Amino acid sequence: MKRIDAITMIARKAEEKNSLIVCNIGLPSKELHHVKDRNGNFYMLGSMGLSSSIGLGLSLSVPKRHVIAIDGDGSVLMNMGSLATIAHQRPENYLLVVIDNGTYGSTGDQPTATSLGTDLGAVAKGAGIQDVYTTNNEKELEQTLKNVDRGVVIARVGAGNASVPIIGLSPEEIIERFMTECARPSE
Amino acid sequence: MDPSTSVFNGMRMTGIDLVVSVPCINLKDILPMIDDDPSMIHVPVTREEEGVGICAGAYMGGKIPAMLMQNSGLGNSINALASLNKLFHIPLLLIMSHRGVEGETICAQVPMGQLTTSLLDTLDIPYVVPTRDNVEETILHAWAIASEKGRPVAVLLEIGFWEAE
Repeated sequence: MKRIDAITMIARKAEEKNSLIVCNIGLPSKELHHVKDRNGNFYMLGSMGLSSSIGLGLSLSVPKRHVIAIDGDGSVLMNMGSLATIAHQRPENYLLVVIDNGTYGSTGDQPTATSLGTDLGAVAKGAGIQDVYTTNNEKELEQTLKNVDRGVVIARVGAGNASVPIIGLSPEEIIERFMTECARPSE
Repeated sequence: MDPSTSVFNGMRMTGIDLVVSVPCINLKDILPMIDDDPSMIHVPVTREEEGVGICAGAYMGGKIPAMLMQNSGLGNSINALASLNKLFHIPLLLIMSHRGVEGETICAQVPMGQLTTSLLDTLDIPYVVPTRDNVEETILHAWAIASEKGRPVAVLLEIGFWEAE
């Protein structure tokens, strides 16, 4: 499976649970936008590494909503301290899904440390996160997303970007509709 | 009133309800006050850039966020302040212990101390330098500017601010 397949599954879960999504910069956001654009999707445009942090701040602020942050292996490697902070905050409503394709997909597929032996699931556990799941194929990811609403999922996928269009929304449009959605009651 | 209590009161008056922190010796007495206040969520972080992301998420979720940090952390936050806060017009209160200025005893603090205000100018981040007498209203005013303009605003607490009279 490729990253866009994982994103498709996450988008489906988010629709079912009415989750807010914070999505990593570059191709992941374009793929999510292409698969399922929603007001509840926040597409990062810069600030690589901060998807997990933005998702954490959001989840602490809207405890009645479910929050999913979609991150990448390269981005988590850039901000590994975030895993320690998530561990000691322990938000019940927060699921971080790290789509690990072993490469910097948005910059030409240079290898990341995860393709050279770094195990992000072990890093997340070592950081103190109790609920950590690693999936290696479509079936495992589907099952895990069905059963798990909090903690960290490391979804291992093959390298490669889908051919998808750019996001035709301005930063102002992205944040305005997202904040309106955040302020809406959960039911 | 002691300077730490004044800063904390200013944060309360402003309605700050989520605080990210990276400690500094000058901020050490404020952190327990935040922990003891049930109206504030306190998120200690490992590095300031991470805190910028958390505060941005908190703002989108309806909170009034502040980051307590040393000015060295400004250097760790620049890309996020530009490509997240500036790009999306996200306000943030940066309450910063300003080391490396008059009265500094550690030479390693001096380079960033001297660069702090010019970095803030370059980033188009307004800053205010309160005294003990006006710190409460200065923090309130700083957030008013931040929320009105949709950008970070810094409150610089210089070494003299903390010194006993």
